[in-house]
Amino acid sequence: MKKSIYYFYLFVVMHNFLISQTLENNVSEPKNDVFSAVLLVDELEIPWGFSFLPNGSILITEKKGELILFKDNKKQKIGNIPEVYKRGQGGLLDVALHPNFKENRWVYLSYASSDGEPKGGHTAILRAKLKDTLLSEKKVLYKATPNTTKGQHFGSRIVFDKDNYVYFSIGERGARDINPQDIKRDGGKIYRLHDDGRIPKDNPFTNINGVKTAIYSYGHRNPQGLLLHPITGKIWENEHGPRGGDEINIIKKGANYGWPVITYGINYSGTPITDKTEMEGMEQPLHYWTPSIAPSGMAFVTSNKYPEWNGNLLVGSLKYQYLERLVLENNKVTYREKLLPNLGRVRAVKQGPDGYIYVTVEGKGIYKLIPNSK
Amino acid sequence: MKFIITVFLFFIASNISFSQEKSTLQESMLRGEEIYADFCVSCHLKKGKGFAKIYPPLAKSDYLLNNRTESIKAILYGLQGEIVVNGKTYNNSMPSQGLEPEEVADVMNYILNTWENSSDKIVTPEEVSLVTE
Repeated sequence: MKKSIYYFYLFVVMHNFLISQTLENNVSEPKNDVFSAVLLVDELEIPWGFSFLPNGSILITEKKGELILFKDNKKQKIGNIPEVYKRGQGGLLDVALHPNFKENRWVYLSYASSDGEPKGGHTAILRAKLKDTLLSEKKVLYKATPNTTKGQHFGSRIVFDKDNYVYFSIGERGARDINPQDIKRDGGKIYRLHDDGRIPKDNPFTNINGVKTAIYSYGHRNPQGLLLHPITGKIWENEHGPRGGDEINIIKKGANYGWPVITYGINYSGTPITDKTEMEGMEQPLHYWTPSIAPSGMAFVTSNKYPEWNGNLLVGSLKYQYLERLVLENNKVTYREKLLPNLGRVRAVKQGPDGYIYVTVEGKGIYKLIPNSK
Repeated sequence: MKFIITVFLFFIASNISFSQEKSTLQESMLRGEEIYADFCVSCHLKKGKGFAKIYPPLAKSDYLLNNRTESIKAILYGLQGEIVVNGKTYNNSMPSQGLEPEEVADVMNYILNTWENSSDKIVTPEEVSLVTE
């Protein structure tokens, strides 16, 4: 009798364990090869960000501190780029173009910079004009302070909204207990500026003394995905959790996303950070990953090249080295699929102006996803 | 008598230098542990076990323990392409972390002497400075 109860108990435990495992790891393999990944730009080390120019060429950032123009199947280095602080996750990070780039030639870069005090670095956002293969009229629009020699969490994605405001993310620089919840300090925030660096008058914290008025939302850990929703015009973000608790969020003005007060993750060492996953006044993620996939880059599919993926979200996984396709219904993730398995660390993903999906992979280059004809 | 004193002095001196070396190593490892938590842990993980097929282990890693200079070089300048660790092939890229020679020495001392790893010679900043790309 005793023995059977014990087995029954064991069965219940195992069953629960298996269920929670499948719920957490419910990423499916595609049924058939719906596309081929073609290597378009080869021999890149860490292509952290990229942007398409109106003429079809591509601007690519190499984390080690190179800005590359890929044009007519050739790579050229862009000159006069800013000096970059290369340490840990820091380097030359994202590149974005002004929505009116065709007229004004403005390019925006994010990078780790050692400007200012003390020793170390922090994230900077710079605007410059691109003429042929040279930057000019460089202006630092934002430089987070104070510097630190910590190697983590520079954030750094840049995106514009429909009204030409520029948004960018800065991670908490490995100081989770002092930065993300304090709006008088940089780090662990999403920021919003006018395209020339001015602080918008209607930013959420402009009337409080001593705050960083460029802040748009706070309580973030390390956001490395940022995009404009093609239909709603809202800013979507993804961020790295610690061990577990990577998140997708829709960014609301002035909102607190909770790190490290609430989180679905734990320390790398396995010890808890907090026992709270929700709290009044703090936002819940639209989706969270446990275990962590280490999300970087994010894109919506809206083109007619992949009709079955219309409205899906694509997110790169650094940790498991694949591209994740997420199906959303009413802002809930209903299906997850693993694309490009074992290709390498997927760093950035975009839908190009031609409607094709492009993906950068560390140690490889940029792949173009070409649908297979049926 | 003189001989005995000399032997005795020698004995004391060698003990002192031995314990000094030990504490230098321990201090370096302590600093190295912090560097590890800051720059390495998210891929190689807390117990140095890495991640199957993607990030090679450091704990009981034949590559690390038998390739001291190559390991220093990897931390200094990054490592790309195929390596074989404990009989398994890894093909990935580790970026340079931008660490200073003192920090590379500290983190090397930490990973060489943790998780059942052991090394009989301390890594010094001078040794690191001599490793070129």
